[in-house]
Amino acid sequence: MALLTVSGSPHVHSTMTTQKIMWGVVIALLPAFLVAIYFFGIPALMVTLVSVASCMFFEWLIGKYLLKTPNTVTDGSAVITGMLLAFNLPSSVPLWMVIIGALVAMGVGKMTFGGLGKNPFNPALVGRVFMFLSFPTAVALSEWPMPNPLFASSVTDALTGSTTLSLIAHGGELPPISDLLLGATGGSFGEISAIAILLGGIYMLCRKIITWHIPVAFLGSALIFAGILWLIDPTQFVNPLYHLLAGGMMLGAVFMATDMVTSPVTHKGQLIFGAGCGILTIIFRCFGPMPEGVSFAILIMNAVTPLINKFVKTDKFGYKK
Amino acid sequence: MTTFRKGGVHPEENKLAKDCKIEIMPLTKKAVVFVSQHIGAPATCVVQKDDKVKVGTLLSKAEAFICANVHSPYSGTVTKVDVATDFNGFKKPAIYIDVEGDEWEDGIDTSEAIVKEIKLDSKQIIDRMKDRGIVGLGGAAFPTNVKYMIPEGKKAEFLLINGVECEPYLTSDNRIMIENTEEIFIGIEIMKKALNMNNAIIGIEKNKPEAIRIMTEMSKNYSGTKVVPLEMKYPQGAEKQLINALTGREVPSGKLPIEVGCVVDNVATALAIYYAVQKNRPLIDNVLTFTGKSVTNQKNLLVRVGTPLQEIIDYCGGLPSDTGKLISGGPMMGKAIMDTSAPTVKTTSSILVMSEKEAKRNPQTACIRCGKCVSACPMGLEPLLLATLCEQKRWEEAEKECVMDCIECGCCLFTCPANRPLLDLIRVGKNQVGAIRRARSQK
Repeated sequence: MALLTVSGSPHVHSTMTTQKIMWGVVIALLPAFLVAIYFFGIPALMVTLVSVASCMFFEWLIGKYLLKTPNTVTDGSAVITGMLLAFNLPSSVPLWMVIIGALVAMGVGKMTFGGLGKNPFNPALVGRVFMFLSFPTAVALSEWPMPNPLFASSVTDALTGSTTLSLIAHGGELPPISDLLLGATGGSFGEISAIAILLGGIYMLCRKIITWHIPVAFLGSALIFAGILWLIDPTQFVNPLYHLLAGGMMLGAVFMATDMVTSPVTHKGQLIFGAGCGILTIIFRCFGPMPEGVSFAILIMNAVTPLINKFVKTDKFGYKK
Repeated sequence: MTTFRKGGVHPEENKLAKDCKIEIMPLTKKAVVFVSQHIGAPATCVVQKDDKVKVGTLLSKAEAFICANVHSPYSGTVTKVDVATDFNGFKKPAIYIDVEGDEWEDGIDTSEAIVKEIKLDSKQIIDRMKDRGIVGLGGAAFPTNVKYMIPEGKKAEFLLINGVECEPYLTSDNRIMIENTEEIFIGIEIMKKALNMNNAIIGIEKNKPEAIRIMTEMSKNYSGTKVVPLEMKYPQGAEKQLINALTGREVPSGKLPIEVGCVVDNVATALAIYYAVQKNRPLIDNVLTFTGKSVTNQKNLLVRVGTPLQEIIDYCGGLPSDTGKLISGGPMMGKAIMDTSAPTVKTTSSILVMSEKEAKRNPQTACIRCGKCVSACPMGLEPLLLATLCEQKRWEEAEKECVMDCIECGCCLFTCPANRPLLDLIRVGKNQVGAIRRARSQK
C-alpha cells in the first residue's frame, strides 16, 4: 500500500471555492447584462466584451511580467471587474477609452496592491472614477443615450436625453417608477433595471455568495435618509424611491459594495459599511455638485473598511456579561 | 428547533454505517495496552514482565487527582513493558500481552442480564467510576469521576447527555442508543444519583430518527430524563455548544461547564458507567465504526482496548486499493493515522477510510476576506485574523484576539473558499500562547 497522507483536521472541505464564488457573481450579473443588450443593443455588448477582455488581458500581463505570480485570470475576478466597469459606462463610450479604463482598474486598482484579495478599493470603481474624471465629455454626459429596445416596432423619438438623476438634480419631469424597475431609462447601461439587478442579488443570496447585510443597510439607510429629507421639504427633495431605483444605487448596493475584498468581514461591520455607503450617496446626490454619488460613497467606505475591521469585533462566545 | 447560537457548518453527513448492527470483534492474539489513556497526570504501571493477568486485572494505577486506571482487556501473560507507537506516531509506555483464552477476574458480572436496581450511594458511585477507569468517551478522555466531584460553591443544575454525534461518518453512539437503550438510561440514573439530581436531558441530532424514537420511547419509563432532538449543525456535540443548545447558557472563556451548573457526558460514557457500577466491569472495550465512502463492508464493531488497528482493518476485509488517508475519529476533528500497527485506546471511535482523492487538500489561493470563517466560527472568533497573526508570529496580539478560546472544531478551514490552512496556523498560535502563559505564571 502507498504511504498514507497525514495532515491536521479537518479532513473534509466544503465544495465552495473562490473560483465558484467569482463565477457565481458573473452569473448573477447576466440578467442586468441581458437587459442592457435589450435596451442598448450591440454597443452595450461591445463595451462589455472589450472591457472584460482588457481586464483579463491586463491582469495576465501584469501578473506574468511585473509581479511574476501564478496566473489567476481563470478565477473569474477579472471578468467581474470587466463587467462592472462596463456596466457603469454609457453605451456610446469610445472603445479605446474602455481599454484605458480597464488598465487603470486592473493596474492601479488591483495589481498594484498584489492582486486578488489585497486591493483596498473596488477595482471597477477605481477604473470608473478615473474615466469619469479623465473623459468627462464621453463618460459624465449631460445627454445620455436613451434605451431603444431591440425588437421595438418603432424607433423612439429621442436617441439621447437626460438621466433620471440629472432630472432630479436639475429639475424636469421624472419618468414613471415602472420604467426604472424594468430599465427603460437612460443611464449607464448596466444600472438601468432594478429588477434585473435584484434578481442577480437574490441568486447570490441563495448561493450564499453574499449576505443580506450590506445591500439592506445600504438601501435601507439611503431610503430612510432620503425619506427624512423628502418629508422635511418635498419641493426640494424627490420621493426617496427615485433615489433607490435611479442611477447606480442598485448596482452599487448589490454588486459593488458587496465586493468581499473591500468590505468588512463581520456582519456588524458590514451593516456600518452599508449604512455609510447609503448616507454618503444621498449626501453627494442631494448636496453635491454632481447628480450621482454612489461610486465615491463606496470608495470612501472602502477606505474606512480596515478601520471598521479593527474596531468592530464579533461578539465572542463565553464573554457574555 | 433547538441548536447553538453562533456559527457552525453543515458538512455532508455520510452516516453510511448507521444501520449496521454492532458486531463483536474476535480477540487479538497479541495486545498492546497503553499505560495512560486519558488526559491528565500519567498513570503508573503496576504489572511486570511474565505477570499473568485476567480480564479486569489492574494494569496501571491512577495516583494523581486527574488520572485514570487502566485494566487488562485480556487474559494472558505480560511479555514486556516497553514503549509502543500510537497512531499519531508518538512513542508511549505500553504493556504487551500475549492473549490466552478469555478469563475474567472474580466479581465482574459478565452476564447479559440488565441490572436496574442501583445499590451504591453517591460517593460509592464516584469511587467506582475512578476504580473502573471510566473516562469521557466523547473524545477528550477526561477522567469521569473528577466531573462528578462538584467543587465547593458550585451547584450542578443540569445533567446533559451527549447523543449528538455531529461528526460525519461516525455511527457508534447511534448504534449503542439503539441497541443498549436501557443500559444507557440506567447509566443516566446512576449519574443522577451521583449528583443528587432528578433531571437529565439527552441531546440527539435529528439525523438519527431511529435513535430518537427508541430513546424517547424508553424515556417514558425513566421520569426526569427527556430526549431533545437537535437541529443538524456541526459542532453541536462540542461541550460548550451542546450546553448552549440545551440550556441557552454560555460557559465563560477558560472555565469548565460546572461554572454554569452543567455536567456533560457522552451516551457511551453513560453506558460505561452502567457497566462499571452495575456489573463492576472496567472500561476495556468500546464501539468503533469502520467506514468510508470507498468501504464496501461498513461495520460497527465492539473492540477490546489494545487491538492493533491493522487487525481491525483485516477483519473488515482490508483497505480499498485507492486508500489515501486513515482517520481515527470523525473527519472534522479526528486525527490522521500514521501507523496502522498502533493499538486502539479507550476513546478510539472509528477508523475512517478516505480515498486518495479525498485525502488531498485543494491548493491554497489568496484570501478574499469573504468572512465565511468568521460566520462559521462557533466561538465567535475571527479565524482569518488569527491565522494571519499566527503566521506572522504576533503571539501577544493573537492572545488578545482570544486564540485560546479556539476549540479546533475545524469549521473555519472547512468553509474557507481559498483553502487557507487557518486551523493549522491557529494551532501553532495556541501552542505558542500556551507556552507564553505558562512562562508568565511561573514568574
